[in-house]
Amino acid sequence: MSDSPILDVQGLRKSYGKLEVLKGVDLAVRERELVFIIGPSGSGKSTLLRCCNRLEESNGGAVIFDGTDITAKSTNINAVRQKIGMVFQSFNLYPHMSAEGNVALALRKVLKRPKAEALERARAALDRVGLSDKAENYPNQLSGGQQQRVAIARALALEPKMVLFDEPTSALDPELVGSVLEVMRDLRTAGMTMLVVSHEMRFAREAADRVVFMDEGHIVEEGPPEQVFGDPQMPRTRDFVSRIDH
Amino acid sequence: MEFILQNFFNWDIVTQAWPLLLRGFGMTLILMAAVIPVGCIGGLTVALLGQSRFRAVRWMTIIYVDFFRAFPPLVLLIFIYAGLPFAGIDLPAIVSVCLAFLLNSSAYYGEVFRAGIESVGTGQAEAARSTGLSGFQTTTYVVLPQAIRNVLPDLVSNTLEVAKLTSLASVVALPELLYSADMARSVTFNATPIVMAAVLYLVLLWPLVRLLSRIEHGSMSSR
Repeated sequence: MSDSPILDVQGLRKSYGKLEVLKGVDLAVRERELVFIIGPSGSGKSTLLRCCNRLEESNGGAVIFDGTDITAKSTNINAVRQKIGMVFQSFNLYPHMSAEGNVALALRKVLKRPKAEALERARAALDRVGLSDKAENYPNQLSGGQQQRVAIARALALEPKMVLFDEPTSALDPELVGSVLEVMRDLRTAGMTMLVVSHEMRFAREAADRVVFMDEGHIVEEGPPEQVFGDPQMPRTRDFVSRIDH
Repeated sequence: MEFILQNFFNWDIVTQAWPLLLRGFGMTLILMAAVIPVGCIGGLTVALLGQSRFRAVRWMTIIYVDFFRAFPPLVLLIFIYAGLPFAGIDLPAIVSVCLAFLLNSSAYYGEVFRAGIESVGTGQAEAARSTGLSGFQTTTYVVLPQAIRNVLPDLVSNTLEVAKLTSLASVVALPELLYSADMARSVTFNATPIVMAAVLYLVLLWPLVRLLSRIEHGSMSSR
């Protein structure tokens, strides 16, 4: 584990018109770390995540990923995004492509791999999430859990250095959540760096290296899960944790 | 009965007018093959400009679309062919027709494509961009295929309208099907050539109408 963070968010600000959603956020994620962001809705956690691959343009501060300030206009954001995978709440699979087509698209068009190689790598990525037998299925032929695992495979196929998860299980029926968390657990074992916005507190407690609590555009408290869930230092955290856990 | 057969379904006239109408039919096919792709490509361009991040560009496309949807196509064609020469711009009939159709049908196709693009959720483009695809690649491989599928019935319906509108070219003396039929009518003093033209349009366009009906029903049952 290297000491310098792979992702370093410094004083990040983001406003929508007059509404300030991020009010100067500092957050460092080191390689192979699994960091969980929790907080009430509207606290800015999804916005923070989306600023990390510039799906949202920030209004101040910096996001340094692997030595590059991705908020700088001169940065080739398409090149950086190959190294930052993202998984969305609503999966966002391309409905007009099969599972392997979904995974192979960026391999072919961004990495310019020949079709055969792209499909081979796509199938390997699908195998990693336990869906090698569904490669030719279309999204509407898959369950929500399977769709989300295809979306994870799509992110993994580019061999990213980090994966962002934006409420990956919130749109799933309860009985399908487990399969997605299992894939995330495997990724953690394999040493993938992950930044996760989620309400799966049990998973956070068991799998996260660090939990970050956000409220009203600030990071209120961060620390190991035992501390944030078991012995929160700040009143606001205590209040939130006491209400979500029971 | 005798009177109707004599004036509308006269076999002698059919055999006389046939070569002329066939040539007119050929010209109509050429016209359709020219103006439909021109309108589609123009419409796609208009729709994509309508998604521009520059407000001025978006406004210009709105004004363009509104203007040419309100401008009667026949007036537009006559203006280009017979009006512009007063400004020293003298365009051949076929060029005038293509230009008028570009302006008119790109506005209509543009609206259809716009509706299609807006029917694709923003999450699709975000997912594509998050894997490193450029904006152009995202539009080409992810957004447009879905957009076109979502508005396929409207696209076919609009194409049917454009195909029928090619008969407007007869007013600028372009020898397409209607012009040839009307010429044959005036020479033979008989309405049979007009009936022949109607039958040829029907034979050409009926399959398209069937196709439209099928995809309309198909897309309704699959949703």
